[in-house]
Amino acid sequence: MIDITLNGRPHGLPETCTVAELVAEVTGRPLRADGRAVDGGGLGIAVARNAEVVPRSRWVDTAVAEGDSLEILGAAQGG
Amino acid sequence: MHRDALVIDGVSFDSRLFMGTGGAPSLSGLAHALTASGTELTTVAMRRHDSTSAGSLFGLVSDLGVRMLPNTAGCFTAREAVLTAELARDALETNWIKLEVIADDQTLLPDAFELLDATEQLVARGFVVFAYTNDDPALAVRLERLGVAAVMPLGAPIGTGLGILNPHNIALIVERSGVPVVLDAGIGTASDAALAMELGCDAVLLATAVTRAQDPARMASAFRHAVIAGRLAAEAGRIPRRDRARASSAMDGRPDL
Repeated sequence: MIDITLNGRPHGLPETCTVAELVAEVTGRPLRADGRAVDGGGLGIAVARNAEVVPRSRWVDTAVAEGDSLEILGAAQGG
Repeated sequence: MHRDALVIDGVSFDSRLFMGTGGAPSLSGLAHALTASGTELTTVAMRRHDSTSAGSLFGLVSDLGVRMLPNTAGCFTAREAVLTAELARDALETNWIKLEVIADDQTLLPDAFELLDATEQLVARGFVVFAYTNDDPALAVRLERLGVAAVMPLGAPIGTGLGILNPHNIALIVERSGVPVVLDAGIGTASDAALAMELGCDAVLLATAVTRAQDPARMASAFRHAVIAGRLAAEAGRIPRRDRARASSAMDGRPDL
């Protein structure tokens, strides 16, 4: 197991986990290799890793490492 | 009826009312209000994904077919705003961004220095920037020079419902702007939106005035009409103000009574 921070909270992950796998786990939506949902619907999600954007196209080949801080964001109500 | 469309970055809008999604107590209430407003553009914030929340705003707005304008609400620095814009671009697949960089959480007023810095960076990164700004004609000119797609001066601080505190400055901004001017923030009721349009604004953006009204869908409908009325009045050309009364009925032909 590795320990990361996910959206500000401690979170445990398997040794080898990609951003794509993490997003699929959090959203409950299986993803294709290009970071889009298998069901074809929009995902509306973006990921920052250690305060840098991980573009959707890179989710599948970006590994999450011990101590990483991940932010998984979506659209929320706001003016 | 003559209805000219507003065009921003090649996208044409028949409705000149942009509605924010903030402040609505429920997603279903928000959906009714958005529909009643007739809006074709709605703002959303970028926040941590919450897998426990029922329903998704992204799904709701997508289903309504309303274009999303992500914002950088809650950002205090250009660095945070640029990163938030990049995340919004990746999440929502739009390079449009409502740039909001506030100075403090008491006034929620834009920080001019950070705003200009962020604008410069975002324009260079290919964003279409809708700049939320103070009712400052000089700052509006600076933003236009940096390449914003629209300037969005506030009528009053966010969420106050105080209306348009400095109509003269708004009129000055409109008069000198080469890009669309969207009155943003401070709107309290329908007449405020009508006034914004009468002052020559190209559109109005509001959220709280609808979402926190006692009957949001009815208020949304009121704003829909107010924006149309204000626009028509601006185009029609109002009569000049006079100090003295001027009869509209002829004095000739009065009977001897």
